Amino acid sequence: MADDKTSVDRRGFLKYAATGTVAAAVPGSMQAQDHDHGHDHQVVPSDLALRTKALESLLVEKGLVDQAALDALIDTFENKVGPRNGAKVVARAWVDPNYKARLLADAASAIAEIGLGKSAVGDHTLVLENTPKVHNLVVCTLCSCYPWTVLGLPPVWYKSTAYRSRAVIDPRGVLREFGLQLDEDVEVRVWDSTAELRYFVLPERPAGSENLSEPQLAELVTRDAMVGVAKVSMPAGGAKA
Amino acid sequence: MNGVHDMGGMQCMGPIHHEANEPVFHSPWEGRVYAINRALGTWHKWNLDAWRYDIELLPPPDYLRMSYYEKWLAALENRVVKYGMVTKEELASGKPTPGSARATPVFTVAMARVVEPRITSPSNDPSVAPLFQVGERVRARNINPVGHTRLPRYARGKAGKVVLDHGVFLFPDTNSRFLGEKRQHVYSVQFAARELWGEGASPKDSVHLDMWDDYLEHTGS
Repeated sequence: MADDKTSVDRRGFLKYAATGTVAAAVPGSMQAQDHDHGHDHQVVPSDLALRTKALESLLVEKGLVDQAALDALIDTFENKVGPRNGAKVVARAWVDPNYKARLLADAASAIAEIGLGKSAVGDHTLVLENTPKVHNLVVCTLCSCYPWTVLGLPPVWYKSTAYRSRAVIDPRGVLREFGLQLDEDVEVRVWDSTAELRYFVLPERPAGSENLSEPQLAELVTRDAMVGVAKVSMPAGGAKA
Repeated sequence: MNGVHDMGGMQCMGPIHHEANEPVFHSPWEGRVYAINRALGTWHKWNLDAWRYDIELLPPPDYLRMSYYEKWLAALENRVVKYGMVTKEELASGKPTPGSARATPVFTVAMARVVEPRITSPSNDPSVAPLFQVGERVRARNINPVGHTRLPRYARGKAGKVVLDHGVFLFPDTNSRFLGEKRQHVYSVQFAARELWGEGASPKDSVHLDMWDDYLEHTGS
């Protein structure tokens, strides 16, 4: 599948990135890095970098965009917004039953309490509570709708054809692929974000976490758990999103 | 539009590639494409529904082949010409037409520091009455609109139950083509997995979709 090929390109790139060889990645550097894991390129990444650069400089010259504003927006999304914000909300809900009740009834106001600001959340965020009997899973089959003001921009897998197509028809298979095997008697509720409502999951608090502080609990909460493809577990290895 | 973007229930799309410690943008150009899209949106030449429709209008083979931000870039190049912000010649040459007026950017550094949803729909407009009630059994209409729609194919003709009334929103089918806001209620409708997918699905499971009034009909039962 075409998307798989794209992912392979990305993973290859990341492998290099992890070794520091493209630590100072600049547009155009991907092409060279990609060329020693042989497969055909339908699109050479540097073309995309060049097209983007050409369009940006045209728009800047025409006064349609301000380059500094673009820089600032990228900085906001790379450094200010992200799943750590959602994790704080989850941890607060775990330690404070009154907060949890407010969160489930009026997510926007409750999320604003942890310092994100009400405008950041909007009126259309809903929080779905996972329990031992009900497991919620969020998807956008039509595009990539995601509660990005609280969780940051969505990961590639969330936007992939594989996840978008299968989450609604085979949610249990998707969860197994993420390493989560649910009992048959657990009810799975999938939420397809077809309108302007944005959903995120309040995962179950893991057993054995009774003595952890609220900040320690927040450290355990992963992005994947807030989308509903994972549970939160006590630290014993395992990657966090 | 029965396009390839409407993916719910399709099979054979391969495994899901989960990447640990994924960066926000995998390459600098992705961040630029994201930011340019957001910045140009503040000119209000288009709305969010029209923006989504432009991506759906990419040729199906391209839609499937391209990465996420490549789709954003391709749709963006089409869009700036379509809405008259850039001429075809300017896009091809990368240079403004000599003597053309220079605008002042709308999207500022200060705006880039504020995180807020792009959603502007009112949700508590009392002048728009709901056509369906929470708890009511409904059926998703079996319609095949040729333009943008947020009614996925896999739900059409299927029966479900209204579980939440989200309030009033703009109707994407018309708003995306600048044919009117057509404000109406949106509901969360719960469909049993077996109603959608047959006996092979778990009897315990369900899918919730957010549905506008115009997507629903009374079941008559």
